[in-house]
Amino acid sequence: MTREITLSKAVNEAIAEEMRRDPTVFLIGEDVAEAGTPFKVLSGLVEEFGTDRVIDTPISEPGFMGIAVGAAMTGSRPIVDLMFGDFLYLVMDQLCNQAAKTHYMSGGKLKVPLVLRTNMGATRRSAAQHSQSLQAIVAHIPGLKVAMPSSAYEAKGLMKTAIRDDNPVVIFEDKLMYQDKAPVPEEEYLIPFGEAKIKRDGRDITLVATSSMVQVAEEAATTLAAEGISAEVIDPRTIVPLDEQTIINSVRKTSRAIVIDEGHQSYGVTAEIAARINEKAFYHLDAPVIRMGAMDVPVPFSPALEDLTVPTAEGVVENARKICRGELVHAA
Amino acid sequence: MSAAKNKHNTEDYLRMYKQMVRIRAFEDNANQLYLSAKMPGLTHMYSGQEAVAVGICEALTDEDRITSTHRGHGHCVAKGADFKAMFCELLGKAEGYCRGKGGSMHIADQSHGNLGANAIVGGSMGIATGAALSAKRLGKDFVTVCFFGDGATAQGLWYEVMNMAALWKLPVIYACENNGYSEYTKTEEIAAGSLTARAEAFGIEAFDVDGQDVLAVNELTRQLTERCRNGEGPFFIELDTYRYHGHHVGDINRDYYRSKGEEAEWKTVRDPITNFGKWLIDQKIMTADELVVIDNEISADAQAAVEYALKARYPDGSEVDMHVFAGVDHALEYLGGAR
Ligand SMILES: Cc1ncc(C[n+]2csc(CCOP(=O)(O)OP(=O)(O)O)c2C)c(N)n1
Ligand SMILES: [Mg+2]
Repeated sequence: MTREITLSKAVNEAIAEEMRRDPTVFLIGEDVAEAGTPFKVLSGLVEEFGTDRVIDTPISEPGFMGIAVGAAMTGSRPIVDLMFGDFLYLVMDQLCNQAAKTHYMSGGKLKVPLVLRTNMGATRRSAAQHSQSLQAIVAHIPGLKVAMPSSAYEAKGLMKTAIRDDNPVVIFEDKLMYQDKAPVPEEEYLIPFGEAKIKRDGRDITLVATSSMVQVAEEAATTLAAEGISAEVIDPRTIVPLDEQTIINSVRKTSRAIVIDEGHQSYGVTAEIAARINEKAFYHLDAPVIRMGAMDVPVPFSPALEDLTVPTAEGVVENARKICRGELVHAA
Repeated sequence: MSAAKNKHNTEDYLRMYKQMVRIRAFEDNANQLYLSAKMPGLTHMYSGQEAVAVGICEALTDEDRITSTHRGHGHCVAKGADFKAMFCELLGKAEGYCRGKGGSMHIADQSHGNLGANAIVGGSMGIATGAALSAKRLGKDFVTVCFFGDGATAQGLWYEVMNMAALWKLPVIYACENNGYSEYTKTEEIAAGSLTARAEAFGIEAFDVDGQDVLAVNELTRQLTERCRNGEGPFFIELDTYRYHGHHVGDINRDYYRSKGEEAEWKTVRDPITNFGKWLIDQKIMTADELVVIDNEISADAQAAVEYALKARYPDGSEVDMHVFAGVDHALEYLGGAR
């Protein structure tokens, strides 16, 4: 049986199911208990699991991140709730120097099975410290896995897999998608990491898109279809590990690609995927691979400015038209 | 020596003595390996601080956890580690505790509850507190001791985790080894007010103990671990001690930050091993000759372990991308990168 639920509900269900299944799983973060987080994603969990397993912390991100690492090394499976993705900078030492490296540095003796769930995404008029999409920064660090759900269905399946994974996993949820509904099975399911999903088949161009950019790519694909351009849309679902094969196979077929992600464009997720396409499918390409990330500026507050910084369906359509019609002209 | 003799049996005393001598022997050999250019990288000597690690770890069980620091060989030996696997790790060999992936600053010994040394000053304060949260949540009765230096008290993380440990009454003991210096800077130049008062501000009971007196350290730790198991934690201990060598093995000329006279005084008057040895003789627990036999045995053990480690093999190149992820044999293949 399938029903439509919000992404927020999907995350909540995934966590509740895993907490019922495994008593070592607990939640820790700011205002996660009675408040259920500012986005209300965790509402109701404290009623079922109590404050012993849904743990409200002081506003001490490095502190509770470190505590989660130590708990994970000693038999617990913590889910850390980091209220805003922007606060990743505060927990970098504990996440990148401790959690990510412990298994390796100990020669495989110690494990750090923890989930860091946080968010990303601009256009909430929240300005530069509450709007960033920092997935590239953590994806850069060996030892961390990174999941980017694009709908309620993915959010649930990826969260359950993350909780069962024996490694630190960072999950980025798009803040603007919490109320978006999608069909989600009532039966249990998990989504394996490193398996991309082909959201739409196409012949002429491959659109690789993450998280909310999948919607942008799908909208662009619909517009392009009306113009006779057939776009294939691929959602990698996890960027670490990355299902390179599905992407490469698609580009070998279509000969063109645009990569769309809401992180800053330079040195970002789009650059990494574009580079891999160039390395593995260069001779199949009819046009340069295009990156579409967030503009390389801090996210501005004014709606008039903020909207200019994120990739849009119109932008994707425009780039797709250019490369499909051979109109991409480089400055000499 | 402060503690009353009848509280422990002779075996405990002997073990403490041996463990301190083992640490000293380990460090003397490690220093030699560095000076003879046989050891890659650098290392930080624990010599002089033995009574801290041994006094504390002798009050712990294998189930109890510790987190350690860049100056961590002493903690590791005191928690029960084996010389061979330690020297192998120092030399980057496959039989090292971490298969040569961690080295001096990252030795972890899961089987004895050592959650690892840490090269980030203060970096393990969260880990120790989290281990204590695990114990409390999962209903296990292990205690965690978090070792760190005086310099680490300047890290904000400590205040965050002490606050949570106190709020949640976690079974963790923060053990600050105040050896008077962080790198080349005196503690009084970096620490305002008193360290114990900082812990007390969180409602944490704090103690200041002579870190050169193994029995005093051990006695206090026994009481505190017991109280932790009864749900009375957390606690803070400041241990006054001294490092004999430089900040690291390469820090040879130290006159600009501390005098030779100061070093000599600690070594002659306050050496934890010499003083405990004297006490054992005074109390007629051991004779001077018996102690020499022990010293020589340990020294031979350490040298044999060094010989072993020097001959041991390096890890195969194919191990380089192993252990990046638990459950993944080789990370590069898994990550699917073009490399
Ligand atoms: C976060 C961080 N800052 C700086 C350093 C460089 N560093 C290594 S050891 C050390 C001094 C630490 O002093 P203390 O905590 O007193 O320990 P001790 O060396 O005296 O044992 C410093 C500054 C580091 N490793 N980590
Ligand atoms: Mg110091």
